[in-house]
Amino acid sequence: MAEVLVVTSGKGGVGKTTSTAALGAALAQTGQSVVVVDFDVGLRNLDLVMGAERRVVYDLINVVQGDANLNQALIRDKRIDTLSLLPASQTRDKDALTAEGVERVVNELKGRFDWIICDSPAGIERGAYFAMRHADLAVIVTNPEVSSVRDSDRIIGLLDSKTEKAERGETIEKLLLLTRYDPVRAERGDMLKVDDVLEILSISLLGIIPESPEVLKASNLGSPVTLSNPISAPARAYADAARRLRGETIQMTVPSEKKRFFGNLFGRRAAA
Amino acid sequence: MSVLRFFTRRSTAPAARERLQLLLAHERAVFGRADLVALLQDEILAVIAKHVAIDPEKVRVKLDRQDSWATLEVDIEIRSPATGPLKMAG
Repeated sequence: MAEVLVVTSGKGGVGKTTSTAALGAALAQTGQSVVVVDFDVGLRNLDLVMGAERRVVYDLINVVQGDANLNQALIRDKRIDTLSLLPASQTRDKDALTAEGVERVVNELKGRFDWIICDSPAGIERGAYFAMRHADLAVIVTNPEVSSVRDSDRIIGLLDSKTEKAERGETIEKLLLLTRYDPVRAERGDMLKVDDVLEILSISLLGIIPESPEVLKASNLGSPVTLSNPISAPARAYADAARRLRGETIQMTVPSEKKRFFGNLFGRRAAA
Repeated sequence: MSVLRFFTRRSTAPAARERLQLLLAHERAVFGRADLVALLQDEILAVIAKHVAIDPEKVRVKLDRQDSWATLEVDIEIRSPATGPLKMAG
């Protein structure tokens, strides 16, 4: 049974696309077949973060409008063959998405993959609405910062009213992914703690991704962080979150960087 | 930074937390927690069903919001005593 998951946040720049790529890759690494779908029509970036920007021929809009079929538009990842990308269009705008078209594409994807991960655009406009519309569960990416928490609260309200599941009278599962978390600053009292955010938003926790330079390094290379540096702290945090999505019970920790003896001994090296 | 300021440095996270809690309490009331009516319906039903036999299908909860006031209309049809126990508390 395919699961449709939306990665959303309301606020921009909190790590939706990074998290979509990392969670998608981590789930695919567990053997699941995964497609990550970019709903940010006009401002696509998931292709770039996944390192597939030069392989885009057809996109979501082409499939929605019937100008191409899924086989033509899906891009299979070169590193993990159970991972695919359905890119957004860069030249069209959000009005090119239609409710019927999106529903048809999501249903078709359900027949092919275990997980359909929809990367929502920022904001609460049309694109965000279509990204969440058919979701079974939502991952709400939030930074421990006031504006991000506020926008997440708005998105939770929309998930509870605008999704298909909500309209059927069911409750959509909402999971918090707290990104850019710095345990030292939180302990010092200069950053909202995990429990503060959980209490304010009253949803359950999927994972805590520590602030880390590895995230930028991974996007520089066009690789999900779980692939570019699997032993790094954020990669381990995303891998844990992916296993929780699969129903495993894993103790909630904030992974930290392991000190690499040889790394320190021989000095710094560019990311391989 | 003076020595005094160093020792009296106050953490800022509690302020963030309080501001958010206040703001969101207000915003949820304005935008409406989208599932509020459903939530109210479930909880009101649960309380009444403890004491009176009711048909969940014959319950209507309506929330009407205006600028300065809101009304909550709850319409519940209670089964006749012949078909179910009717015992009102309070």
